[in-house]
Amino acid sequence: MSMAAEFLYFVASVLFIVGLRGLGSAETARRGLIISEIGMAAAIAGTLLHPDIVTYKWILVSAGIGSAVGVAMAALIPMTKMPERIALSHCFGGLAAALVGVSEYSLHHQSVSHSTMAALGFEVLFGGLTFTGSLMAFGKLQGFIPGRNITYRFQNQSNIVMFAGAASLLVLLAIWPSVQFLFYLMFCVAMVLGVLIVIPIGGADMPVVISLLNSYAGLAASATGFALDNNVLIIAGALDGASGFILSVVMSRAMNRSFSNVLFGAFGKVDPGAAAALAGSQEIHEASIGDAAMLLSSAQKVIVCPGYGMAVAQAQHAMQKLAEHLEAEGIEVKYAIHPVAGRMPGHMNVLLAEANVPYDQLKELEEINDEFADADVALVVGANDVVNPAAKTNPASPIYGMPVLNADLAKTCIVLKRTMNPGFAGIENDLFAMPNTVLVFGDAKDTLEKISQALV
Amino acid sequence: MTHEMFLGLYVFVLAAFVGYGVIGGVPPLLHTPLMAFTNAISGISLVGSLVAAGSEHTTFSTTLGFIAVLCSSINVVGGFLITDRMLKMFRKRGGNKT
Repeated sequence: MSMAAEFLYFVASVLFIVGLRGLGSAETARRGLIISEIGMAAAIAGTLLHPDIVTYKWILVSAGIGSAVGVAMAALIPMTKMPERIALSHCFGGLAAALVGVSEYSLHHQSVSHSTMAALGFEVLFGGLTFTGSLMAFGKLQGFIPGRNITYRFQNQSNIVMFAGAASLLVLLAIWPSVQFLFYLMFCVAMVLGVLIVIPIGGADMPVVISLLNSYAGLAASATGFALDNNVLIIAGALDGASGFILSVVMSRAMNRSFSNVLFGAFGKVDPGAAAALAGSQEIHEASIGDAAMLLSSAQKVIVCPGYGMAVAQAQHAMQKLAEHLEAEGIEVKYAIHPVAGRMPGHMNVLLAEANVPYDQLKELEEINDEFADADVALVVGANDVVNPAAKTNPASPIYGMPVLNADLAKTCIVLKRTMNPGFAGIENDLFAMPNTVLVFGDAKDTLEKISQALV
Repeated sequence: MTHEMFLGLYVFVLAAFVGYGVIGGVPPLLHTPLMAFTNAISGISLVGSLVAAGSEHTTFSTTLGFIAVLCSSINVVGGFLITDRMLKMFRKRGGNKT
C-alpha cells in the first residue's frame, strides 16, 4: 500500500470517530455527519490509488448505479418506512462483505495463510448471516413474510446444531484453507442460519433484531479489514459493531430480556397459557370523540404515549396538530417515548420530528415517568405493551419486569385503538380495563383529526 | 498468527472501546439517525469491493466485486443522505431546524 493511501485511510479513521462524536447532541449532529462524509471521501480516494486496480470501468458503472439508487431511496422513502430501509441496508452491507470475502478466497485459496483464512471465514459467516437475516427482517416488516413469530419443533436445537456446524467449518477451514468445498458449504450454512434465526421472531422484537444485525454487519466489515489487512475497515467495522451492540443492550433492557437471551436470538417467545388466562375477562369503558375532546380541553397537562400503531396509521401529523390546538389553550403537552416503541430504536422520535414536534418535547422513559402522576390525561396513541401496567404488577405476565410508561397513574387515560385485539405480544392489557381509562375506537389518524375539530 | 493480525486485533479492540464510549453518549432521541449513520460508515466495505471490481483477475471475482460495489455505494450514498434528511427534521421549540 502506498504512503498516500495509508495516510488517507488514517485520516478517514480519525474523521469517522470525530464525526460519530457529533451525534452526541442534536445541535452538533449534522456537523458530525459532514465530517464523516469527508472521511469516507478520503477512504475512497485512498482505495482508488490501489495498484491492483487496473480498470475503472466496472467501478464507475456499479458505483454510478449504486449512488443513483441510494439517492432515490434516501429521497423517496417515507419516515414510517425507516425500519425497512435500515434492514435493507444491513442486507446490502452483509452481502457486500460476504462477496468481497468470496472473491478474495476464489483468487487466493491456494496461497491463503491460516490466520487470513480465519478472517475470511468470519467475514463470509457474518456477512452471509447478516445478508439473509436482514432480508428476512425486511420481509417481515414489509409483510411479505408473516410478521408473527413462526415456530416449529426442535427450532432452538436445530439452530444450535447449525451454528455449531458453521463454527466447526470455520475451524476446519483455518486448518485446511485450500479445501474449497468447506468454504462454500460454510457460506451456504451461514445464509440458511440467517433465515432460521430471524424466522421465529415476532414484529414487536424487531428493534432488537435490527440492532443485532447492525452489530453483525459491523463485525463482517471488521473481518474484511483483517482479511485485507486494512485498518480503516477494522475501525469502521468496530464502530458499527459497537453501535449495534449498544443498541441491542438498550433495547433488550427496555424489554427486560437478558443479554445472552438476545445474543443467541432465542427471543420472541410468549407463553400462550399466561396470555390466554388473562383474556376475555375485561370490562372496558368506551368514549366518544366528544368525550375525549372534553377530557383533553379541561386538562392542564397531557402526556402522549405513541406506539407502532401511530406509525401504521400515519397519525404523527394529526397528533402534532392536536397538540398545537391544546397548547394554544395553554395546556402543557409532552411526549413519553419508550425505547422499544415502534419497530426500531428511536423510531417514534424520527416520526414526531418529521411532524414538526420540537425535540425538547420528546421525553425519555426515565425522564418523564414520574410526571404521569400529576398529568391530567395520558393519551395513548397506538401503543400497547409499553403502557401495560401488568409489567409492574403481575408476575405471571410474560412482560413482567419490563420498564413501562406509567400511563395508568395519570388522572385519566385515553387510549386510541383500532380494535380490541391484543397487542403484538398477544398479551391482554390491564390498562384498558382500569376505571380511569377510556377507549376511543377507530383509525388513530382519523380519531385525532376529529378530536381536533371537536376542540375548535 | 502473523504480526499484522495481532496489530489488527489491537486496532479492533481499541476501536471497539472508543466506539462504545462515543456511541454510549448518543441520546435515544437520535438512535434512528445513528443507525443510518453507522450504516453509511460500514459502507466502507467499498474499500474492499472497489479493489475486487477494478482488478481484472477473473470474471468471477470482478462480477462479485461489481455487485459488492453496487451494494456498498447504495449504503454510503443513501445512508449519508437519509441521515441528513432525518437530522434536518430535529428542531427545538421555536427554533430553526438544525
